[in-house]
Amino acid sequence: MHISEGVLSPTVLIGGYALTLAGLYFGLKKSDYERLTTAAVLSAVFFTASLIHVPLGPGSVHLILNGVLGMLLGWGIFPVLFTALLLQAVLFRYGGIAVLGVNTFDMALPALLCHYAFRTWFSAPGIKPIAGGFLCGFFSVAGAALCTAAALAFTDEGFMTSARMLFLAHVPVMAIEGIISALIISFLKKTRPELLHFSSDTSESQL
Amino acid sequence: MDITSLDPRARLATAVAAAFLFSMVQTRAVLFAGSAGTILLICLAEYPFLMLFKRLAPANFFLLFLVVTVPWSMPGTPAWELGPFSFSREGVELILQAAVKCNCILAVFLVLAADMEIADMGAALEQLHMPPKLVFLFLFTFRHIHVIEDEWKRMRTAAALRGFRPKTSMHTYRTIAHMLGMVIVNSMDRSRRIYEAMQLRGFHGVFHTATEPGGGGIVFFSCVAASLVALTAADLIIR
Repeated sequence: MHISEGVLSPTVLIGGYALTLAGLYFGLKKSDYERLTTAAVLSAVFFTASLIHVPLGPGSVHLILNGVLGMLLGWGIFPVLFTALLLQAVLFRYGGIAVLGVNTFDMALPALLCHYAFRTWFSAPGIKPIAGGFLCGFFSVAGAALCTAAALAFTDEGFMTSARMLFLAHVPVMAIEGIISALIISFLKKTRPELLHFSSDTSESQL
Repeated sequence: MDITSLDPRARLATAVAAAFLFSMVQTRAVLFAGSAGTILLICLAEYPFLMLFKRLAPANFFLLFLVVTVPWSMPGTPAWELGPFSFSREGVELILQAAVKCNCILAVFLVLAADMEIADMGAALEQLHMPPKLVFLFLFTFRHIHVIEDEWKRMRTAAALRGFRPKTSMHTYRTIAHMLGMVIVNSMDRSRRIYEAMQLRGFHGVFHTATEPGGGGIVFFSCVAASLVALTAADLIIR
């Protein structure tokens, strides 16, 4: 969920940009143009995934996939989401320029934390990679919803109820993202297991 | 007035500055003046109103969510009551402010910058000192959105031809996940081929543009910048 322009307070907007800039710095620092090419194509995947609707009961939800991308990219998730969200703001007017910092940070930080929490699970045998994929997808969306709600709540106490409802509305999305992420991981594990270690190959390179 | 003939760097910088300044505004009078300025800008640029409304619509979905949730949940002086719900004056004002700000910011952006070619925007961003790696990522992501979208559509068509009808079931989720997994695998392979092809052609991180940077509009942008500064100053003083 993108917060639109004009809603958040200046403090929250500037805080979001400061944190996102730090993430961009680390994400871009060690990346060469070869990794950036892959990152760009994955950024396009994120952009496309947001247009994919998955049926759920009578309605449908659209995918976010920040968990899967965070798992593949590590710190590189920051520049990738920043770019994709900038393009969404420019092309579709979802989100906006002033809130880009907050929107990027909301989705990138939980994905990055999940990357570090679960990355050893993906090379383990048995059920662990699939469980890791589910938790990665679930908590990346849960964290994103929590951060978005926090950004609203910090702006004005009047947004408190809206923030709570925003989080609750995302609970089914969390479950779907968890399931889809787990299945994507198990697919990648079967077909191209080396891709799961994309973020850690070529020594310490992060992207 | 033809906005497209103006300097792309100045157009982008002004749109971004306007976005930030509108976000900072806290007084009602300045917000009114700012929206009047925005309408003046729309008229000056002869931007068709119908198209403007159409393009602003998606941004207002989030505001709609706030309209539905905020006024009755925010404590304050009740403006009117409807059964058990009381709508607070503060809540209504908060939403109105957000709506005006949001639509002004986006209208300025649409008028000044959104019609720009993405390649020109990338060049302008680089000249405005955005890190070259980020500009590369921006241009390359845009280049591949359609490629990835086509690939996804091709897979969906293939699945549909084999009788796949999405519904709420594990089978649907597994199919979608496998299709997405395939898109990810293919796109990562594709990126390797792209990079190799670029290296063979001597790429080392710099894009060259065929269009010269620059263009007119110094008077226009000075006026816009001056009014933005004046509005910010007024907001700080009145506050």
